[in-house]
Amino acid sequence: MAEPTINLEQSFYEVKNYKSPILNWILSTDHKRIGLLYLYSIMTFFVVGALLGLAMKLELIAPGKTIMEAQTYNAAFTFHGIIMIFLIIIPGLPAVFGNFLLPIMIGAKDVAFPKLNLLSWWIYVLGAIVALLSQVMGDGPPDTGWTFYAPYSFKTTSTVLPALIGAFILGFSSILTGLNFIVTIHRMRAPGMTWLKMPLFPWTLYATAWIQLLATPVVGITLLMVIAEKMFQIGFFDPALGGDPILFQHLFWIYSHPAVYIMILPAMGVISEVIPTFCQKTIFGYKAIIASTLLIAFVGYFVWGHHMYTAGMSDTALWLFSLLTFLVAIPSAIKIFNWIATLYKGSINLEIPLYWALGFLFLFMIGGLTGLVLGSVATDVYVHDTSFVVAHFHFVMFGGTGTGFFAALHYWFPKMYGKSYDNTWAKVGFWGFIIGFMMLYMPMFTLGMQGMPRRYFDYLEQFHGGNILSSFGAIILIASLAIVIINLVTSAKRGKKAPKNPWDGITLEWQVDSPPTLENFETIPVVEKGPYDYKK
Amino acid sequence: MDNHSKHIVPYKTYLIILASLIVLTILSILITEIELGEYSTAGALIFASVKTFLVLSYFMHLKFDNLILKIFVGLVIAVFVAVVVITFMDYIHR
Repeated sequence: MAEPTINLEQSFYEVKNYKSPILNWILSTDHKRIGLLYLYSIMTFFVVGALLGLAMKLELIAPGKTIMEAQTYNAAFTFHGIIMIFLIIIPGLPAVFGNFLLPIMIGAKDVAFPKLNLLSWWIYVLGAIVALLSQVMGDGPPDTGWTFYAPYSFKTTSTVLPALIGAFILGFSSILTGLNFIVTIHRMRAPGMTWLKMPLFPWTLYATAWIQLLATPVVGITLLMVIAEKMFQIGFFDPALGGDPILFQHLFWIYSHPAVYIMILPAMGVISEVIPTFCQKTIFGYKAIIASTLLIAFVGYFVWGHHMYTAGMSDTALWLFSLLTFLVAIPSAIKIFNWIATLYKGSINLEIPLYWALGFLFLFMIGGLTGLVLGSVATDVYVHDTSFVVAHFHFVMFGGTGTGFFAALHYWFPKMYGKSYDNTWAKVGFWGFIIGFMMLYMPMFTLGMQGMPRRYFDYLEQFHGGNILSSFGAIILIASLAIVIINLVTSAKRGKKAPKNPWDGITLEWQVDSPPTLENFETIPVVEKGPYDYKK
Repeated sequence: MDNHSKHIVPYKTYLIILASLIVLTILSILITEIELGEYSTAGALIFASVKTFLVLSYFMHLKFDNLILKIFVGLVIAVFVAVVVITFMDYIHR
């Protein structure tokens, strides 16, 4: 095949190696196209996961059966969890914005291993397909919850195996992305970009990559052990076979708690980019934010046991995990104070990305502070496995990572597509999101305190009022998300041309064309200033 | 970028390491023949650790690499050890 001529001054969208438009996407090793492939895959799954969430909330709008049977509800929350966790928020920000922006932000032409990068996406797609097969194979969709707790996961008659194998495969995608980012950041930073001149989003990707690399194999092995137990009755986790079900919980959470930081750290990186740009001010405590990022990643390895306070661990383990959990709150709080201090006396330009960033601060703080209730053994025992936990988790993950994702999408949209979006619709979408979000999840804190268990499709009449409010919140939230997504999709096609640097940012991505060229830079830049060195 | 000198390991060294790994594997099987009670697992883990050390040092070239890489691997092992110790804070005190 003749080598096609590539014009390095064209945008990367115009570079075509194949006649088929689809092949130009799915066989491209360009980090920007791979980032967008992840974006489209993740948003597709997000629509499915969000609609499943809405279906669950409609079921809960009244006591008793409303729109689905109990078993269908079990399958719905399991599938919702698997999609949202394994297919969306774990790959989420690193796979989409890390791929698209990391090389540009550190002044490189691509990631260190472009082919491995494309392989990561293919593995992601393969894992997703295998996980989705669980919905149509065997004796019905899995009903274990996304945590696959033993011994139920190998006693249930539902089709758990494909979901387990799918999650196992998805782990490889995560590991390879992490490996690629670590090497890229170590070896490919532009001349002059010392570690302490690197922007904070790449810093959070770096910390995240280490968690992806070190923690993901643990869940891979754990899922293999469940598969082996299910197929060969080995007796790792089943008490009837001499196994220990709490061992499963240890192994599962040794990965899945650090995974929470895989999800949240890059979102914190996005906020650390958005706030200085829209304040036109150097970020407060740059080094403290880096130190807290690394501390969160490190201490985050050792707090998994707070998911297991009521599982039957020893008292010594209980106080130890509680202590460690309180320690991890400190670096998170450092970040919040630094962001607020950056806003203080800044030249605030209240644009849509800053709306989302402020939304992140507001929702994440509620999620973080309610986490203290769950981190303390005495209060956790009271609200464990109630809707309080579900509300806390969604405030942190959806209110934190989800909002961070939308902040990133609105911040870098002009760079990615070279187009501007409609501000009015973007504001409507944002405010609808906040109102819907608060209506949906705030009542769940109260319901949990009153004793409403999670994962039940039915409830007592005393919980009815809170559930009605929550269900209507879900409807508003979904409608708002639809507005946000439709606005972005139509703007990507028909939006006005965006200037190269619409927000007056000074990190490297704002110095390149919108959309960027294939190799990002005509010549590799030499970095002389810090990433947030705003001079007025 | 670093310009670290290339170090070529003679084939003989690789063969010695390979033979050592095979011997250690055989020993880790033979040790199960001896009734050591709860120390059987510890024995197996010691053999596995020595094998890991050899693979990391020679086959993965760590012995001849930059100090920074050794520090990284050391940190990873330290995290792993800490995770195991914390897990056993549950099992030992139950």
